[in-house]
Parts: sequence; C-alpha cells; structure tokens
Amino acid sequence: MRRLGLLSALTALSAIVGAASPPPSPGAHQATTLTIYSGRDERFVKPIYDRFTELTGIRIQVRYGDSATLAATLVEEGRNSPADVFFAQDAGALGAVASRARLKVLPSTILKKVPARFRAPGKRWVGVSGRARVVAYNTERLTPNDLPSTIWGYTQSRWKGKVGLPPTNASFQAFVSAMRIRAGDDRTRDWLLALKANDVKFFPSNARVLAAVASREIELGLVNHYYLYQLKEQEPSAPVANHFLRTKQDPGALINVAGAGIVSSSGKTAAAERLINFLLSKESQRFFARSPGRAEYPLVPGVKPRPGLPALSTIEGAKISLGRLGQELPATLQLLNEVGYTR
Amino acid sequence: MAVRGLRAPLLLTLPAVATVIAVLLPLAYLVLRAAAAGGDAWRVLEPGHTGRLVVDTGLLVGAVVLSAAVIGVPFAWLVVRTDLPARTFWAVTGALPLVIPSYVAALALLGALGPRGLLQGMLERFGVERLPEIYGFPGALLALVLATYPYVYLLTATALRELDPSLEEAARGLGQSRLRTFFRVTIPALRPSLGAGSLLVALYVLSDFGAVSLMNYPALTRAIYLQYQALFDRDPAAVLSLVLVALATLVLVLESHFRRRARYYRSARGPARTRVALGAWRWPALGFCSLVVGFFFLLPISVLGYWVWQAVPSDRPLELPWKPLLNSLLGSTLAAAVAALAVLPIAFLAQRHPAAWTRLLERASFTANALPGIVIALSLVFFGARYGGRLYQTLGLLIFAYVVRFLPQALAATGAALRAVNPRLEEAARGLGRSPAGALVSVTAPIIRPGVLAGAALVFLSALKELPATLLLSPIGFETLATEIWTATSVAAYSDAAPAALMLVAVSAPFVYLLAARRGAEAGSPG
Repeated sequence: MRRLGLLSALTALSAIVGAASPPPSPGAHQATTLTIYSGRDERFVKPIYDRFTELTGIRIQVRYGDSATLAATLVEEGRNSPADVFFAQDAGALGAVASRARLKVLPSTILKKVPARFRAPGKRWVGVSGRARVVAYNTERLTPNDLPSTIWGYTQSRWKGKVGLPPTNASFQAFVSAMRIRAGDDRTRDWLLALKANDVKFFPSNARVLAAVASREIELGLVNHYYLYQLKEQEPSAPVANHFLRTKQDPGALINVAGAGIVSSSGKTAAAERLINFLLSKESQRFFARSPGRAEYPLVPGVKPRPGLPALSTIEGAKISLGRLGQELPATLQLLNEVGYTR
Repeated sequence: MAVRGLRAPLLLTLPAVATVIAVLLPLAYLVLRAAAAGGDAWRVLEPGHTGRLVVDTGLLVGAVVLSAAVIGVPFAWLVVRTDLPARTFWAVTGALPLVIPSYVAALALLGALGPRGLLQGMLERFGVERLPEIYGFPGALLALVLATYPYVYLLTATALRELDPSLEEAARGLGQSRLRTFFRVTIPALRPSLGAGSLLVALYVLSDFGAVSLMNYPALTRAIYLQYQALFDRDPAAVLSLVLVALATLVLVLESHFRRRARYYRSARGPARTRVALGAWRWPALGFCSLVVGFFFLLPISVLGYWVWQAVPSDRPLELPWKPLLNSLLGSTLAAAVAALAVLPIAFLAQRHPAAWTRLLERASFTANALPGIVIALSLVFFGARYGGRLYQTLGLLIFAYVVRFLPQALAATGAALRAVNPRLEEAARGLGRSPAGALVSVTAPIIRPGVLAGAALVFLSALKELPATLLLSPIGFETLATEIWTATSVAAYSDAAPAALMLVAVSAPFVYLLAARRGAEAGSPG
C-alpha cells in the first residue's frame, strides 16, 4: 500500500517535471525567440519587452540577475551562451563582456543614435538610458539651502554620521573615477578619508542608501537620481528629494548609463538589432524617462527628460567619456581598498 | 570494530566516487581559474589584508558556532526529552528560522532593531534616540545565528530521539543524578550530531553573503563578491575562494578531531521510555524557548507581516506568487530526494570500510559547501555550458546544482545517524544467515531512517531559499519564491518581498513539523 503511494507520487512528480518544460508548440519554430540576459530589474523593464513582442511578433525569454553576475556568466559560457542580448545596468558590466570579445560590434546606424560619449569606445555596446549621481536628502531635516553645491562640501563636521553611500556599487565607483580624473588621486584620497573620519555610513546598494535617507537613519546619501522615483511610486509620501551638484566641473555630477549589446555567439543578429533599435526608439526612450516610477535620462536626442530634471547638457561632469571611466576602474578600486571603503 | 577485512563493494564505491566528483566540480573550477590566472590574480592575497579577512571571518564562524550550540542543544533537549508544555509548538517554530533566507533575516532584523527601525520608533516617545549599533559584528552574528541554530537543534533532536535509552537508564540505575547523567552520558553521546550540526553551521557562515553584506561585516565572501561585482574579474575571486576552501578544510579537521573518540552505539531501537519532569524548572524552560522563538522567529515574521500590512492601503492588489511556489516545491523536493540517496554510499563507505581513502571521500564532500553560492553557480555555468549540451539551464541541471551545493547537509545527518548504529547488530544478523544486503535493510535501515529523512528535509529547506544557482541555472523564466523575494528586495520593495517570504515560511511549516515534531509524539508519557 505504501509502496503504491510512493509510486503514484513519483508518477505525479514526473508529470509535473514534464509540464515544466513544455514541448514546442506546432508553428513555434517559425517565430524567432530572443534570449535576453537582463541586469535590469524585471519590475523596471518587463513592459518594454512585452511591447517589443507585441510590435514585432518576436518572442522574448528573459534571464534576470544582477549585471555583474550575468557578465561573469556570459564570459564563462563563452561560445555556448544561449543569450542573444545583454541588457546591463551599468557600463562596467558591458565593458567586461566586450573586452573579452563576447559582444558583437554594433552597426553604426545603431551607435549613431546616441551621443558619442554614451557608447562603447570599441563599438560593442550602446547606452540606452542615463542616470545622474545626486545627493538625495531627507526633506524633514534639510532644505536645499542647507546643501553644499559641490561634492567637496560634504566632509564638513556638520554632516558627521549623517552621510551614506554604497562603496561596492558600480555607479559610486564610476563617480570616484571621475573625481580622480578631475581632481587627482591625492585630493580624492583626502576626500574619501575625510568622509570616513566623519563617520560616513556604508550600505550595500543605492536602494538601501535611499531607504535609509527616507527613514532618517541618515540625512543624505550619494546615489543615482532615479531611485527616488521608484521609491515615490511605492511610497508617495517618502520625505526624500534629489539635489543635483551643478557647480562647473564638479565630479559629484556624473552621468552613467544602462546599455545593451549583442552576444557574439548569437545567431539571431537581425532580431537582436531590432530589439536594440527598439530600446532606442522614441517610444522606449519616453518609457524609461517618463512612465510612472521611471525618470532616467533619455539618450536619444529629441526625447525630453522628466520635467524637473536639469538638462543633460547642464551636468558638467557628464562630459567624461564612459570608456575613460572604465579604464580607471582598477586604480579606483585599489584606492577604495586602501582607504578602507571596500576591505 | 567495523566490518574489517571486507573489501568495499564496487556497488558502493562507484556511486560514491561519482557523487564526490560532482561535488568537487566547483573546486576543480577554482583550481583551473587560479592556475590560469598567473601572478596578477595572486596579488589579491596581500598578507595584511587577507590575513585580516581570515581573522574576521574566523571570529564570526567561531561566535556563530558557539551561539548556535548554546541555543540549539538545550532547545533540542527540552523539546525531546522533557515534559515541556506545548512541545510540538516549540519543536516546529524553533526550526522554522531555517527557511528564512539570511538576507531576508538581516533585512528584517535591521527593520526591527536597526537605526530608525520599529523598536526605536516605539521607544522614541521615551526619548530613545539611538539603539546600540547593529551594523558590523553584532548584526552579522544575530542574523547568522538565526539562520543556523536550527541545524544544531534539528540534528541534536534527531540524535536525542534515537539515543539508546538503556545508556541513560543504566546510569540512573547506577545511582547517578539526573544532571550527572545528562553531562556524563547524554552530552557525550550527542557528540557526533553536535559535531555534524556545528560543521554545517560553520560552512554556512563561511559561505554566507546576504547577511554579511547587509550588515557590513568584512567577511571573505564579501571580498569575493566585490571581485566579481566591481572588477568583473574571476581570477582573483577564485584565489580568494580557495582561501575559503582552506578555512573549510581547517573546520573539517577540527570537527573530525572533536568526535574522534566519540563512538556510541545503540543496542536497542526505540525512543526514550521516560520524559524528564521539569517541575518548577518548567518556567525558566518556557522563558528560554519563548526568548529563542520570539527573537529568531516571531520578530522577523512580524516585521515581514508589518511590511505587508503597510502595503495594504495602497490600491495594488496583494498578489500571491502561486506559480513560483510550485516551482520552488518541485525543485526542492527533487533535490532533497536525490541528495538523500546520493549520500548513502559515501556515508556507508566511510563508516563500514574505514580507510584513509573512504574518510577522505567523506570529508571532501563537505569542502565545497563553504563556497558562496555564486562561485558554485558560476562553476556549474562553466561546466554546464561546455559539456552539459542540452542539459544546460534545465530543471535537471538546477537540481544537480542544488545537490552539489547542499549534499553536505544530507551527508551530515545521515552520517551522524549511521555512526550511532552498532555494526555488531549487522554482524549478528549475518551470523543468523542474512545476506549483507539483507542485514542492511532489516537492521540498519530502520535505525538510520530518521537521520536520512532529516538530511533530506535539510536539503529541501535549503533549496527552497537558494538564490544564485536558481538565477543562473534554472530553465529560463523559472521563478521561485527566492527569486521573487530577490526581485522585490533589489529595488527595496520590501512590502512586495514580504508575501513571498511569508509563503516560504508557511509552506515549510508542514515539512518542519514532520521533521521536528512528529516523532516526538511517539515518545513515552512524562515520567
């Protein structure tokens, strides 16, 4: 009796296993299916993938993960990667895959859609949307007038124990690279050490920094600008606002991008190019820039950012090319390690 | 003492060796990487820096192992061997923290006890502006003790239930006091399972990333992740991971040493015939259990509940992740079944054919368990994409990954159970004309069954909350409760993460009940 129960359980189980991997339906082979490795969150980008399928009939399968892990996965998979497109949260992850030639060179018709500083020096990926480094602050504790207009002002004793940042985050590290390029290693080291001596708080991600600002665990945080809009979408009354650093040449102001590239081993280049073209279309750019909860910078000229954001051209630090930032990363990490930010 | 002179049968050797090879794949990958890396990657080992990482990691491991034992052993004894009121309730809720992923535990602890957390909010009206600092060592310790003391509790409880009652009865009959019996007979007899439990705890702490990253504790895993995350460099990450493997080896040697002289066999089957009457001690005992369950289970669950409740007024409907739930159950069940079967040959060889090589096989199976999930996942990406063919990114490979990652949990439980079986029993059965296999099935199998089931349950519960391998190796679009939680927490949408986390706890409860409580009911009435 008992054995019978076990047997039927096994049969049921194997039925479920079978169901988990359905046989291809008739006619499925006609439709192309693109496989995306998406470092961008499901909540954030799924509507745009769905819209692409709706417009083109090209089906999309997505593997979500964090950008760095997916980059490592692509490199380990090598020529056997099932992925066609890599859509990453930051230029560093794209650069790591591109530098091992795991991404294809993109056609210039795609590359030319965005300004030169937002695409790969080696033409293997293209920026899709931009984010600015900002100082997010708690509006119950501070007003814009309290906030220094340059990044160098945040080491004053007034901010002791009240500043938070994500030392392991790629955008923060790009910002430190920009600072080194603008101001040199010594000044950057002094700034990092002064912050540390002032009891700066470390968090594992931008989102955690912002949550800590909202809860008044800290009063201000160095983050990307668009997390605020995600937070407000969930919690409209959260007492947080963004402060843009716009003093000329201030390294505190910097634009990073999320971007995409086509995986070398993909046999579906045409469909993959269509997808990237679609990500750079006016419709998608408006989606990233202005749909609810989203406020990234559109990179394609002619699409306006969300009202209330300063224009891209007024953010001076933006003028450092992302390729240059990528080259500086190892030295930046060395420095962050030295000053005890990432030990 | 064991069945000497008998050559290890091929029927055991082949599957055992195959399993150990599978489990060692991540290690092979690391050696490949580190060997190919050249001098540059090895520079990641700056003596001062790495030394400090090792010391900090070691401190955390030591503290968590000690705390888990101090909580887990008395808890198990109270639940199994005494007339503690509401034993079943304590037995189940005491084990449930096991299913809370450590990053969720850390988030919940921060939500409750962190700066501006719920506790401080409540104390604010009394003028409390700041609570003691939770970031760093204290936070990492709390979150990891929460995640690991159930290992010690469950394995110890299983051993206590299976402990030969005649040992204690003899001691009492010889006029020993109850307390003396506990320390002189019970505790020493628990050494195999206490050792196995502590081993799992130590390996868990070595491999954990979620809690140490949220709590900002400078453990080795954090340094490894940093190499991937910021530098996209696999080679230094591999070198650092090998340091972790070295630490794991040290832990394994220590554990072997700890139970070297501990050999306690049972001669009779059956649970203890009496329960210890607590009398007035019932109250402190209840206080202890309330404290443990309150702090490590009810507190995080309440924070999760609070997050759900906070989200209720918004107009978004509360969506329950049913499909991910089914996927989670499917993957974890299969992984548990495979792991439970796969460890049997290894455990038998190590126990019944003691030789340097069988012991090495057994010990080697544990080393990879100290590696963070991401390293194991990437190593299987490497082998899977190259040699897996169509198996790559299928349910089959995902289950393989779960087994590779969590096999030591099944091995620890099964091994501990097997060590308590007196080989004389089998010898006797054979003397009475049974074949070796027949003796195994009729004598040994019933005795070790609870241990094997406990091991399967541990694997099941761990696989439920597994994240990195699930993200990289599952069939595309295969969402589990753990990936649901991850999706929500990565954008700090805690109110969305909470339902999935609560569901994880809810579906685990019946399994934990089977594991922790059901057999307790079979024990004799209070005496």
